[in-house]
Parts: sequence; C-alpha cells; structure tokens
Amino acid sequence: MTQDIQMGNAGSDPQPNRWRYFSFSTDHKVIGIQYMVTSFIFFLIAGLFSMLMRAELLTPELNLLSRPLYNGLFTLHGTMMIFLWIIPCLVGLANYLVPLMIGARDMAFPRLNAIAFWLIPPTGIFLLSSFLLPSGTAQAGWWSYPPVSIQNPSGHLFNGELFWILSVALLGISSIMGGVNFVTTIVRLRAPGMTYFRMPIFVWTVLSAQLLQLFCLPSLTGAAILLFFDLAFGTSFFDPFKEGSPVLYQHLFWFYSHPAVYVMVLPALGIFSEIIPAFSRNPLFGYISVALASFGIAIVSIFVWVHHMFASGTPGWMRMLFMFTTMLVAVPTGVKVFAWTATIWKGKLHMETPMLFALAGIIMFLFGGITGVMLGSVPFDLHVNNTYFVVGHFHYIVFNTITMAIYAAMYFWFPKITGRMYAEGWGKIHFVLTFIGANLTFFPMHPLGLQGMVRRVSSYNPQYQELNIVASLGGFLLGISTLPFIVNIVASWLQGRPAPNNPWHATGLEWTVSSPPPVENFEEIPIVTLPPYSYGHDQLAADTPTQK
Amino acid sequence: MDRLSQPRENSQEHGNGMFGFTVFLLSESVIFLSLFATYILLRSIAHGWLPRGVSPLEVTQPAINTAVLVSSSFVIYFAEKALDRRHLNQFRLLWLTTSAMGTYFLVGQMIEWSHLKFGLTTGLFGSTFYLLTGFHGLHVLVGILLQLLMLTRSFKPNNYTSSHFGVSATALFWHFVDVIWLVLFSLIYLWRP
Repeated sequence: MTQDIQMGNAGSDPQPNRWRYFSFSTDHKVIGIQYMVTSFIFFLIAGLFSMLMRAELLTPELNLLSRPLYNGLFTLHGTMMIFLWIIPCLVGLANYLVPLMIGARDMAFPRLNAIAFWLIPPTGIFLLSSFLLPSGTAQAGWWSYPPVSIQNPSGHLFNGELFWILSVALLGISSIMGGVNFVTTIVRLRAPGMTYFRMPIFVWTVLSAQLLQLFCLPSLTGAAILLFFDLAFGTSFFDPFKEGSPVLYQHLFWFYSHPAVYVMVLPALGIFSEIIPAFSRNPLFGYISVALASFGIAIVSIFVWVHHMFASGTPGWMRMLFMFTTMLVAVPTGVKVFAWTATIWKGKLHMETPMLFALAGIIMFLFGGITGVMLGSVPFDLHVNNTYFVVGHFHYIVFNTITMAIYAAMYFWFPKITGRMYAEGWGKIHFVLTFIGANLTFFPMHPLGLQGMVRRVSSYNPQYQELNIVASLGGFLLGISTLPFIVNIVASWLQGRPAPNNPWHATGLEWTVSSPPPVENFEEIPIVTLPPYSYGHDQLAADTPTQK
Repeated sequence: MDRLSQPRENSQEHGNGMFGFTVFLLSESVIFLSLFATYILLRSIAHGWLPRGVSPLEVTQPAINTAVLVSSSFVIYFAEKALDRRHLNQFRLLWLTTSAMGTYFLVGQMIEWSHLKFGLTTGLFGSTFYLLTGFHGLHVLVGILLQLLMLTRSFKPNNYTSSHFGVSATALFWHFVDVIWLVLFSLIYLWRP
C-alpha cells in the first residue's frame, strides 16, 4: 500500500500515465483530482434523485414513486449532496491547491491523505447499496431525527438507517483525517516568508473550515454512536417513551451540522476571493478584514445551532440568544461581500466563465444570506418552519452559491490542473443554463413556503401546482446544464489548447509553476516577499508574476 | 532531549507528527464531550435516575483501578524519558509496566461489569454507564495495543535512535485516556444519586 514512487523524482516524469488516478497515489495533486471526480459522480447521482422527486412533484397526487421510495430519495439526496459532493469536492480542491498556494511540496501526511480519500468511494457505494435492502433506504431525512429514525418498521437488523449511520460515521472519520492533515500542513509547511497574513484567502477559508470540522464533527459522531445503540441494541437515549430525549439528538446533530454549512460555504467564499481580484485586475480590498472575517464566521457559527430548533420546544431565553448570534453571522459575511464589491469597483473586468460564475454566485449568496437572516428571526421562523421557504433558502446557499463557486473554481484552475484551456463558449452556455435553471428551481420555493407548502411530502394541495411545475422545469434544466460542462471538461482535457503557466494574470504561487505543476510542485521552495493579490507591483504586466 | 544532533528532516517530521496527533486528540475529546453532555443532560432531566431495584455503584474497587491507571501515566512518562536518554532496557521495563497497569485496569473493569445486576437496556442509567465506560475501555485497549506495537519495534536495531514519533504519540494518547477517565470517574461514580 505504500507506493511512494511519485515522491522524490521531481519533474523527471513529464507524461505520467492516467492510471495513477486509479491508484493509491500519495501525490496531493492526484488525490485532489480523485476527490473532485469521485464527488462529481456522486453529485450527478444525487442530482438524478432530485429530478425524480421534481418529476413526482409535477402533479399534486402521488403517481410516479411510492412514498417509501420518495422518502429514501430525499434522504439520500441530502446526505449525498452534503457528505459526498460538496464537502469532498471542496476538500479535493483544497488538497490540490493548498500545498501549491503556501509553497509546500505536498501535504504534511501524504499517506493519511490517500487513506482519507479511499474511504470515500466504498462508503458512497455502501450507502447507495441500501436501495437493495429488503427494508429499503433510510427514510428519516438527512437529519435522521429520532424517534422516526429509530423505529425500524421492517424489523431487519440490516436496515437502511443502519447503513446511513455507518456511512456518516465513516465519512466523518475521513473528514477528521483530512482536517488533521490540512491544519498541520497550513500551520507547519508554509514556505519561508509565507506568513499567515500573506496566505491567499482560499487558504484562510480552508483553515477555518477544517478547524470547524475538527471541533464540531465529533459531536455528530457521538450522536451517531448513540443513535446506533438505540437502533440496534434497544437502548433509549433518544426514545421519548422511555425517558430519552429526542431534543438532545437535535442538539448534538446541529452542533455539527450547522457549522457544516460553514465548512461548505467558507471555501466557496475563498474561491470568490481568488477569482474576483484576478478578473478585476485589482488587489483584494481589505485583505486583513477578509482573512479575519473567515475566522469570525467560523467562530460565530459554533454558537448558532439552536436556530434549527426554534420550533422544538426551545425555551424563550434560548430562542432570543440564538436569534441574536444567528444575525451576528451577517456581520463578517457582510464584510466579505463589501470587500468583493470594492474590489470590482473601478477594476478592469474580464467576463470569462469563472468570473461569471463567481459574480452570479455572490449575488445569489446575498439573496440566500438575506433569507437566512429572515429565518434567524424567531417569529418568522415559526411561521415558515418546515416549509419550502427553508428548502429554498438552503439551496440558494448550497447550490446557487457553493456549487456555483465550485464551477467557478473548476474553470479557473482547469488550465493549471490539466495544462489545457477549456472551451470558453461551452463554458458560457453552461453558465447561462445553470444560472437560469438554479433560479427557476429554487426561487419558487420561497413563495410556496410562505403559502404553507411543507417540505418532504410527495403529494400536496393542488393550489401549489403552478409554482411546483416551474420549479420542476428548472430542476430538469439544471440536469441538462451539466452536459455542456461534462463535454467541455472531457474534450478539453483530452485535446484542449495547451495552457500557459498563468492564463488569467492571477497572483499566487500556484501560477508561478508550470501547468500542470511538476510532481514536486516547486523545483526550489520559493521565498515569499510580497503580500497576496499584489497587483500594481512591477510584475503585474509579466505573464508569470514571480513572487520569489 | 538532544534533538539537535538528529538530522533536521527527522525532527521536522516528528514535530509535524506530534502536532497533527495533538490536533487529532483535541478533536477526539469532542466525542467524549458530546457523550458527557448527553450523560449530564439525561441525568439532570430524569425523574429518578436509578432504576427500581438497582443499588448505587460500588466505589472502592473502581477507585483502586483509577489509582492504578492514573499512576501508569507517570510510569509511561519516565519510560519516554528513559528512551530520550537511550536507556533502552529501562524504557522497555517501564513501558511494559504501563501496559500491565493498563491491563489491570481493563480486567478490573471486566470483573466489575460481570458482577453488576443491571444491563445495557436497564433504563438510561444502565445505557449511559455501559456506553461511557465501554467507549473509554475501547480507548484503553487501543492504548495497550499501541504500547505493545511500540515495544516490539524497540527490538529492531537502532529503530529509535534518531526519532521515536510512535512512542511519543502513544504516551500522549495514554495521558489523554487517563484524563478522560478522571472526568468519567467523577461523573459516574462520585456524582451520587
């Protein structure tokens, strides 16, 4: 298992074979690509699930799927999109970029890195295999709230819920391995001169997100252990009929799963902070505030989890307290949005695909952030609790912001990762389809929720049908929108125009090395003397802004 | 600690390893924190914690076990110090003593479990007791297995002359397991109903 053959022969292997992507490689760049491609496949599968649900919701009656199947689809859709798409995809991107951005040859623990990745594909397949069980998949939603989740109506020991718990625990172990690796790498492997306040914002956001993983995720592991015992061994931690407390599960679950949203969104904000300066040819406005705002968001996000439980019999003082902390998140987030706007101001804008995705992502993030503050307000939350308004808000963050940011990142770093340029026209088609599809799907959910349509139902009152048809058409459009992306990526990777080292005139160490970077990243470890985003220094006009 | 004489590379890797392992242990402690929080919360909202017919836990024998486990933390500290001074046989002796003390603790816990008159599903009292002590016991077992692995590695010639990350990490893990036990012991045995 220890084939460290890629190590120690820098640059001697210009045309490494493609099979290394299927091997237990310890090169952070190979592992990064493995993460991103694997998670994209899970994204397509979970996206297919959502289209099945949208097809069912075209009519008010239940006529395409069965109720248990519908429940299973939304449960696995949520679980997979979070734990098998966004989190691993961003980990993959960070895996590829962080060592390059801080001037390191690899991650601190290359073998641990590979193990963390190789836990993911089998776990994903294991979770999907629960469709084949006689009891079917887990049906309790991605929250898996007891007492619903511990009922086990089929009576089988190997039931979908058990598979769900084991999968989440395994993915958690993989995430903790990744967290240990990232934090150690960023703290200890920075190149000489790469002080904390010279790190690109993406690295800051990865560091704050991974610290959240390390100190909040174990709470979900604890909850999963307790749930496992309730389900399989007849204990009653969460069983309200035997003095157990279902609300306790909600606390343990959201203590991780709210920060999990920030584990996902922080690197997305980091991506915006890389792309906006590059395509405005302007230094990032207020670098230090943006860097510290990442930590601000991370810290505040640890103290907001009860806002998911305003309707769970939470005492009044607790509601008030968590309403306050929830709204506090808007402050560091606002700092970031302000900084991006000020960066664009009087910049020389270049509207290539990454910039389009980034700008659209920021605009929709603003919308999702506003509905987030609305939901943080207790009286409003009680009104729309468990309705489609919440689903709409959440998807404006996870799809319209984070997935847009991931697409932006894919286009932005594609030339660096593959050494080839993508086709700009296809990229713009992909952008237009995604932007229209995303708003068509998720915007109607807000009025639907305000009118009272509850989430997680397969049949509904006919008065909601028109808006549901709009959302479903948008959903199918989103499905179609992935096709130009896939075609573009595959075709460009195979035969695209060769990419220069720095096609975007961007700053940052990753653009100083060849495209794709040599196996050992840097022939010589660079010595950093300039602050990040140093447009305006004399290297600006050069094709490769050397930071040495 | 004469790390200066060692190649810089080794010391760098040892430092990365210990940093990463410390971060991991901090993260691991949050699992315990979540279980402690569960225990405290369930116990404070329960109507009568002890199930009918179950007497409070016996404290004397567990207290002796606790004393042995906590003392073993000092023994493993001196074992690591001995290795730093390259006294290999002294290291092995102290290291094995630690494992023996850990084993004494585990066996003591098994004997205690076998004499208890309540089971895993005897109310939240039974569930939390077995889950918390069992989860901790699993960590003690892992600690002992790691110690034995490091002991066998010490017989490979010159294996520990330049760096001994595994030994340091195992010792740190053992201290962690001890501290967790002290909290657990106070919560389960000393907090009387």
